[in-house]
Amino acid sequence: MNWAWFHRLGSPPHIYRIAGTLTPWFAWLAGLLIIVALYSGLVLAPPDYQQGDGFRILYVHAPSAWLAVMIYGVMASAAAIGLIWRMKIGHAVAASCAGVGAWFTVVSLVTGMLWGKPMWGTYWVWDPRLTAQLILLFLYLGYLGLRAGFDDLSRADRASAVLAIVGFINIPVIRYSVEWWNSIHQAPSVMKMARPSMPIDMLAPLLMMLLGFTLYFAAVLLVRLRAEILRRERTASWIREVLR
Amino acid sequence: MTPRQRRITLVVGILAGVSITVVLALNAFRENVMFFFDPSQVAAGGAPIEKRFRLGGMVRPGTVDREAGSLEMSFVVTDFKHDVRVVYSGVLPDLFRENQGVVAHGRLGSNGVFVADEILAKHDENYMPPEVAEAIKDKYGGIIPVNPHSRAAPSAGT
Amino acid sequence: MSEFFAMGGYAIFLWPAYLATFLAIGVNIVLARRAHEDAKQEARRRIAIEDEGPL
Repeated sequence: MNWAWFHRLGSPPHIYRIAGTLTPWFAWLAGLLIIVALYSGLVLAPPDYQQGDGFRILYVHAPSAWLAVMIYGVMASAAAIGLIWRMKIGHAVAASCAGVGAWFTVVSLVTGMLWGKPMWGTYWVWDPRLTAQLILLFLYLGYLGLRAGFDDLSRADRASAVLAIVGFINIPVIRYSVEWWNSIHQAPSVMKMARPSMPIDMLAPLLMMLLGFTLYFAAVLLVRLRAEILRRERTASWIREVLR
Repeated sequence: MTPRQRRITLVVGILAGVSITVVLALNAFRENVMFFFDPSQVAAGGAPIEKRFRLGGMVRPGTVDREAGSLEMSFVVTDFKHDVRVVYSGVLPDLFRENQGVVAHGRLGSNGVFVADEILAKHDENYMPPEVAEAIKDKYGGIIPVNPHSRAAPSAGT
Repeated sequence: MSEFFAMGGYAIFLWPAYLATFLAIGVNIVLARRAHEDAKQEARRRIAIEDEGPL
């Protein structure tokens, strides 16, 4: 079997070019989806029978929380690929994920507090789900801090990869916290095997937001990955060509 | 300190920080693994007496007693097996209503009445427009039937 | 229109939540682009030094 195509696919100049081609597609599609979802979530969707218009915070809270957790999954997988198969591109992807992930973890916590105050009656409680999400933020910050502490890139890659992989234990804890422990946080409405717990006119904006946020992350990740590749391939001759 | 020693110190520091966080968090969880106790656990003596804890369950319909012109109130929290009466004085969250999940923070008196100083409302994962809710209420005689799989209903009627 | 912005009384919670979210979206676009531009500029600088170097 000829693996040449596979190595070409994984080669930095190839990835740099592909990332450049894909970014605008992801970005425009994400923008379109998010704008349509904003209109349908804020205007078209009916208010909830209990939470009234307050439930519309769901349309920014759930996608942010999804990104926070999903980005960690991408980061830990990429770090594992980098560590185990010694693929540098894995480390480059992982390093590109952490900052974005930390931002959206903060957003999920802030929007959750703003939803919790009127509905539950408090901004914050030391509830299992809320605490696990806060630990996720510390994991992202620890990852970024650890990387910043090394001058040598390959050692930074290896050390931070170990942290990312060990920290993955927190992901199932976040997902199942509302089932393992009595929690004030409600069970998932969409991210489950059973039928979603809302009618289609409330569900459609949420699904569009989730897809839109995911594509947005893909676009941001690709731009960050290009920067990361340029920084790592400092002496490569192909850089001369692409920068001309 | 050489750069190498500085790096080692930093790495050890960060790892120690992360470990301490995890240990503290897990410890906090073990101490009250249950964020709240339900009335059955209270009836079985599983909840601490004369110590603050959280009581969670549903507000039993028709038990909410409010003194006119005051913040004093009382209601019954149920898990459909056991009941606990709660007294409270203060502001209630928007979602506090009959047949709705609630988490009360306070102490259990020796007379079996729970004195709460904080009431949090808990909602379930179901969202629907008011008209749909009305239609369901019409069908089931004024209430929305509790989804037995929902964690908003701690061990709802089996 | 003002009814829309009132959001059934939840305006003071809802709009800050949306603002925080879209602020993060904007900031991350700027940060990613800046990282890419910085990396390109540094690579150009290095190439310029290399070209002068052996003379």
